Amino acid sequence: MRVLNLLINGDRVEVAAPEHWTLLEVLRYELGLTGSKQGCDKGDCGACTVLLDGKPVLACLTLAALCEGRAVTTIEGLLPAHVKAGGTGPDPVQAAFDECGALQCGFCQPGMMLSARALLDRNACPTRAEIKDALAGNLCRCTGYTQIFEAVELAIARRIGIEPAPRAWEAQRMPADEAERRAREFAEARERQKEPR
Amino acid sequence: MLRLPNFEVRTPERLDEAVALLAELGEGARVIAGGTDLVPNMKHELFTPRVLVSLARLPELRGIGDAGPGWLRIGAMTSLADVAADARVEQHAPALAQAAGLVAGPQLRTMGTLGGNVLLDTRCQWYNQTYFWREALGFCLKKDGTLCHVVEGGSKCVAAASNDTAPALMTVRAELVFAGPDGRRVTPIDDLWIADGIANKKCGRDEILVEVRLPHSGSGHRGAYGKLRDRGSIDFPLLGVAVKLELNTEDAVADADVVLTALQARPVRIKRASELLRGVRIGTEAFLAAARGVAEQAHKQAHPMPNIPGDADWRRAMVPVYVRRTLEAAATRAGPVHAV
Ligand SMILES: Cc1cc2nc3c(=O)[nH]c(=O)nc-3n(C[C@H](O)[C@H](O)[C@H](O)COP(=O)(O)OP(=O)(O)OC[C@H]3O[C@@H](n4cnc5c(N)ncnc54)[C@H](O)[C@@H]3O)c2cc1C
Ligand code: SF4
Ligand code: FES
Ligand code: FES
Repeated sequence: MRVLNLLINGDRVEVAAPEHWTLLEVLRYELGLTGSKQGCDKGDCGACTVLLDGKPVLACLTLAALCEGRAVTTIEGLLPAHVKAGGTGPDPVQAAFDECGALQCGFCQPGMMLSARALLDRNACPTRAEIKDALAGNLCRCTGYTQIFEAVELAIARRIGIEPAPRAWEAQRMPADEAERRAREFAEARERQKEPR
Repeated sequence: MLRLPNFEVRTPERLDEAVALLAELGEGARVIAGGTDLVPNMKHELFTPRVLVSLARLPELRGIGDAGPGWLRIGAMTSLADVAADARVEQHAPALAQAAGLVAGPQLRTMGTLGGNVLLDTRCQWYNQTYFWREALGFCLKKDGTLCHVVEGGSKCVAAASNDTAPALMTVRAELVFAGPDGRRVTPIDDLWIADGIANKKCGRDEILVEVRLPHSGSGHRGAYGKLRDRGSIDFPLLGVAVKLELNTEDAVADADVVLTALQARPVRIKRASELLRGVRIGTEAFLAAARGVAEQAHKQAHPMPNIPGDADWRRAMVPVYVRRTLEAAATRAGPVHAV
């Protein structure tokens, strides 16, 4: 056994766990934080993604014994952090995933939203290609990813106060030129945000 | 759920302390860097060390910087994400930056280190499996068994070298600095390999890779990496192609090197690449013809086996395609070559 001091979702936590446990096992089976999912348990799927000192890592391959003193953010920590920073309700990434129906079974979602949160923290206006790159290590067996990318773009649009590009299902229900115009306007507005002022 | 076998973790703060610890613990100990190769392998009971010696707190193994005039050093514990994003690496070894950027997915590149990538265990679809799975098949030569499932009747393991950065480092003539019980040794990365899938590196269990050194490149240096894999996001290579071109002031090739990985137990250097390309100016028909010549030579030399996933005939057919495309990408600075 080893006593670990961790900063979990902003709280100092002292926890005793077997020396050979992974961070995922400590989170789920010692601390009851079952939001981080145990999918493949060997590094393939990204369901166990947590933020370690702000960066997405795979908790199933991280030895808890090597996390002494480090800051861990799990999905359970997003809403409290948002509220603490003066926001109301869930983190905007969570709200956008909810609104876009960016899930079916939901198993990939905690990891997916943490990867998305970390991306938006380092790059406020990522392009679709940058979003795809940042979420490449999170596999989803259900959605086909489209709604997930749209959810991240909705969170971006909300943050900078612009209209999001129409989602794929919306675009199918409007005249093609209108869908194209709105997608272009969104892309241009996002580019303007990127340019240093 | 895959549980890890029991072990103890040590976190030495000094390199000499770490070296002494490994010497003292002998066979029962193993080094852990990012753990992205070692931890899955331990979950599969391919290794069951009593003690893991973490390199996370050794300052000598960190950072990218100068290693004397004309050399760049990359600490072994530098993450692949940092290698991929570093402007000096991009300048002196573009193929390395591209290869590091295509390893696995983003989380694994944050966790995985350059040292761990160089020292990655060989891979085989009959080996990287759980104990239960391997036992059901009667195990194999590399671990716990007496036969090979890839080469029937074979007496030698042909598990594949699958580390993306290795071929890129070979094209730029990198050197490795190891610390061991007898002090330091420097070895060209070309001399690291043995064509044996069970242990494909000349590196003692009690040695620690401290840093990788790269010679500075001149303005005529061009490099690129090409990677074939099933899923563009997270997979190991089904084929990796690293290319180096050295151009003279007329943009003609003065020297070239092509090294392939994910075929057999060690990375494979393509013969006569420099000879076939030398004197040819990039951007000409002659360059494309010479690149096709190198691609043909690679096809002759490459014999993918059913050691890793992906149909072996298809992987062989892709060899000339990826060699040619990666040569062209190096010439036009358009790398990496990565279709999925
Ligand atoms: C899903 C998945 C996909 C992957 N895809 C790829 C891929 O596409 N390409 C690829 O190349 N790799 C891939 N990997 C493997 C791995 O993530 C990388 O190779 C990574 O760079 C390994 O580095 P590490 O620091 O995690 O090594 P570790 O797992 O810590 O160590 C690997 C080995 O090297 C030894 N070692 C490590 N550092 C040192 C040192 N400094 N001195 C002495 N010995 C040392 C360890 O003892 C161990 O035997 C993948 C892994 C997973 C789980
Ligand atoms: S090549 Fe043969 S001996 Fe080696 S790991 Fe694969 S099946 Fe086992
Ligand atoms: S559970 Fe960790 S990557 Fe699948
Ligand atoms: S919603 Fe089911 S795996 Fe993504």
